[in-house]
Amino acid sequence: MSTELVTMNIGPIHPSTHGVFRMRVTFDGETIIDAEPIIGYLHRGSEKLAEERTYTQIVTLTDRMDYTASMTNNQAYILSVEKLSGITPSDRGVWLRMIAAELQRIAAHSVAIGFLINDLGAWHTPLLYLLREREKILELFEMMCGARITNSYLRPGGVFMDAPDEFWPSLNKFLDDMPNRLDDIENLLTDNEIILARTQNVAILKKEDAINASITGPMLRASGVDWDLRHRNPYDYYEKISFRRPLGTVGDNNDRYLVRLHEIRESLKIVEQCLDLIEPGPVKPEEVPFLVRPPEGESYVPIEAPKGELGFYLVSDGGISPFRCHVRAPSLINLTLLRDMVIGYKIADLFVTFGSIDVNMGEVDR
Amino acid sequence: MGPIRESFIFEFLYCHLSLEASCSSVRILNIAFIPENLSWISFTLTAFFWIFVFINAALVGVLMLIWGERRLIGKFQARLGPNRWGPLGLFTPVADAIKVMFKEDIEPTLSDKLIYVLAPILMVVPVFMIFPVIPYGTKTFLTNISVGVVFVLAITSINSLSVLMAGWASGNRFAIIGGIRAVAMLLSYEIPMGISAAGVVIVAGSLSLSEVVNNQVIPNAIFQPLGFITFLIASTAELNRSPFDITEAESELVAGYMTDYSSMKFGLFYLGEFMATIASSAIIVTFYFSGWRGPSFIPSEIWFLAKWIGVIAIFIWFRATFPRLRIDQIMSLAWKGLFELSLINVLVLALMIAIWPDPSGIQLLIMTLINWVVFFLSIYIFGKILSPNLTGNKITKRSVVYGLD
Amino acid sequence: MTKVLSGSEIEDILSSSFNNQIESLGNDYVQISNEKSLDLFNYLKIEQKYELLSSVTSVDRISHFEVVYHLTSLQKNESLVIKINCGEGRIDPKVKSVISVWRGAELQEREIYDLMGIMFEGHPNMKRLLLWENFEGHPLRKDFVS
Repeated sequence: MSTELVTMNIGPIHPSTHGVFRMRVTFDGETIIDAEPIIGYLHRGSEKLAEERTYTQIVTLTDRMDYTASMTNNQAYILSVEKLSGITPSDRGVWLRMIAAELQRIAAHSVAIGFLINDLGAWHTPLLYLLREREKILELFEMMCGARITNSYLRPGGVFMDAPDEFWPSLNKFLDDMPNRLDDIENLLTDNEIILARTQNVAILKKEDAINASITGPMLRASGVDWDLRHRNPYDYYEKISFRRPLGTVGDNNDRYLVRLHEIRESLKIVEQCLDLIEPGPVKPEEVPFLVRPPEGESYVPIEAPKGELGFYLVSDGGISPFRCHVRAPSLINLTLLRDMVIGYKIADLFVTFGSIDVNMGEVDR
Repeated sequence: MGPIRESFIFEFLYCHLSLEASCSSVRILNIAFIPENLSWISFTLTAFFWIFVFINAALVGVLMLIWGERRLIGKFQARLGPNRWGPLGLFTPVADAIKVMFKEDIEPTLSDKLIYVLAPILMVVPVFMIFPVIPYGTKTFLTNISVGVVFVLAITSINSLSVLMAGWASGNRFAIIGGIRAVAMLLSYEIPMGISAAGVVIVAGSLSLSEVVNNQVIPNAIFQPLGFITFLIASTAELNRSPFDITEAESELVAGYMTDYSSMKFGLFYLGEFMATIASSAIIVTFYFSGWRGPSFIPSEIWFLAKWIGVIAIFIWFRATFPRLRIDQIMSLAWKGLFELSLINVLVLALMIAIWPDPSGIQLLIMTLINWVVFFLSIYIFGKILSPNLTGNKITKRSVVYGLD
Repeated sequence: MTKVLSGSEIEDILSSSFNNQIESLGNDYVQISNEKSLDLFNYLKIEQKYELLSSVTSVDRISHFEVVYHLTSLQKNESLVIKINCGEGRIDPKVKSVISVWRGAELQEREIYDLMGIMFEGHPNMKRLLLWENFEGHPLRKDFVS
């Protein structure tokens, strides 16, 4: 039975658009027949601003892109700058930033899972348990660099300060505790019939489609493609680390949830290995100047951010600020297939799918 | 005045007003002053007094429920819940109520004004009508109407009309989707709810709520578990509470049918919903937890209150733990699951009552046993065989695979 | 480690059938001409298995605009950089849209059009992405004095 089509503007102010995202959706009854993402409500022109800042100042701009994962944003940017200007980072600095990045991945995935379950309609309970764990990570970051969310911890050549002595016991305590908390979450969510019924076989993303649409990160791995840049293109010291890469089998919303959950466990293992390998030393080479002045050229170093492949394409003209700074934002590009994924499903699936893509509007709009 | 005079609380007040001859034995204080030929005055005065008391008790109950729900969900979610206003944050809902009253009342230009105003009233008023018929204690009820079960089921289904009116009149697309969902869902769940209640009526042999309680030797929750489960699920859906809160689905429809309501109109919806929770819990206690019955060393009213709070806590527990179902899953649960289960329940009960019209103690135990066997069998069959088709897609528990090195 | 191909290595891949399309070589990129670029990209995607378009971006070189494509091969674990010059001068820069080859270019090309003002011919939905419809100019161009 066909009915009159209804077009609705969902967002930019809406409880489950994770920020200021807007969708123009056409419904036939409860079934979605068209969805168009409309973005730009959080556009701050970071790429243009970067052209007016020195290389060190841009670190603070990167914090504010994906604000649930500032450490990995810092890391992607710093790796690009280091490649551009030929700076060799110091060992301890690299280990510290790997620890920071993996902790950040745990925090970002916790947020992603929490809000995904919230979009499913659970009344904040799993979200608050996960945010409690994230809070512990933010406290660790506060110890490391004094900031919780917009860290600006990394500098060309390493990090700007060493973690204090109290940091290490706190980190160990967190690492001991977190697997149990994850078990709790799994008990509550993974085999929950309602969650399975709501997420399985919804918005299936096929391998080929995902690759063709440049989708990366947990979303690509949930579709069954073994592509993790930490493994295939080990930046920093990821070659010295061994970890497993969870892959989905079907590519639906449930797989995207499972992949994120298991990646948290792997990240915990990575942090533990980093703790074994880190040694005392300077956190940043002495010879790195405050005002980095790379030679003419360009660099693009993709890293595995929590949302997907994040890279900064920097073009230098030899000055103190980049001539062009482009951010390859995984959140934006992962949205490409949103329309194809939700068509034919119900209104409720739209939000679950959007939640499972896990976008961050700060990064989509930059 | 027949059935009304059964009510102890009514008669007590009435007799302290009226000089009617039959009253003298009930009176404790000799203060009656209204002559017998003006008994309608004492009748009206008593009635108004109890209406006043019940409405205010319901409102205070709502405030307590809001506080209790937020407090309890706070505990579920590893946080404190309201704790600033008054001891343990008890006055938080009072502050909320005052705030809601003083908010600006906005009427959307696209709204259908009359229906827009009527909808919240229709949400609240019917719920008040449930409280007087519920037996709170051995003789503590206001009125015992002989068709109490039907009355209660009829009154609770009015709110779907209110939700549709609100959704339609708001002139908002979120609201109309919420309204349409509400009608589809609430009408579907009326049916398993009604059939489950038929099971209660069969056992009680009467439509009167007092009789339902009087004849519940074994609480129906134990005696007919299948009926209890279907009724509990159906009434959760009737209340629009999680996991059936699709009509106001926060993460989808913002606030569903009440998206465009503000100020006290919104307050009335809020009030109506919480009051419906209280009323439904009272009905469940009456139907399935043997109402006020309990060992007599504790007054029957206390038994009722304790069970009441227990059932409300179950609803709060549901809300804190379950994610929401999708509309098609909700509909198939009603029509492919609960409908059949409730029919099975009624069929089995009717057969057994036909065999033992007036069961003795041992026969009751045998009947309970049969009911439990039927319960497990039918739940198993519906769970294993029908459940994959119930929700629209095959559910398999799965895990991730790991990338090969 | 993903192998980043140098300019001459990219040339080797392309030399068989697209030799005349190569305009210039850089250290780690190849600049190709805009005509028949889709054939070249199709060849890279299907024959050479560069199935992931990592990123599309653009640079305002003041004398001209260029569009930069970062391609990755998941199977071979290699990546390469292709550049297209959008023609001399700053007026009306145009390139062919690669959306028919890689769907992933859809939002990125719209973003480039929005911020840099490069038209992508053949894009089905060439509208502004981040800024509003009647915004004047394209903010990432070097038109603005700092």
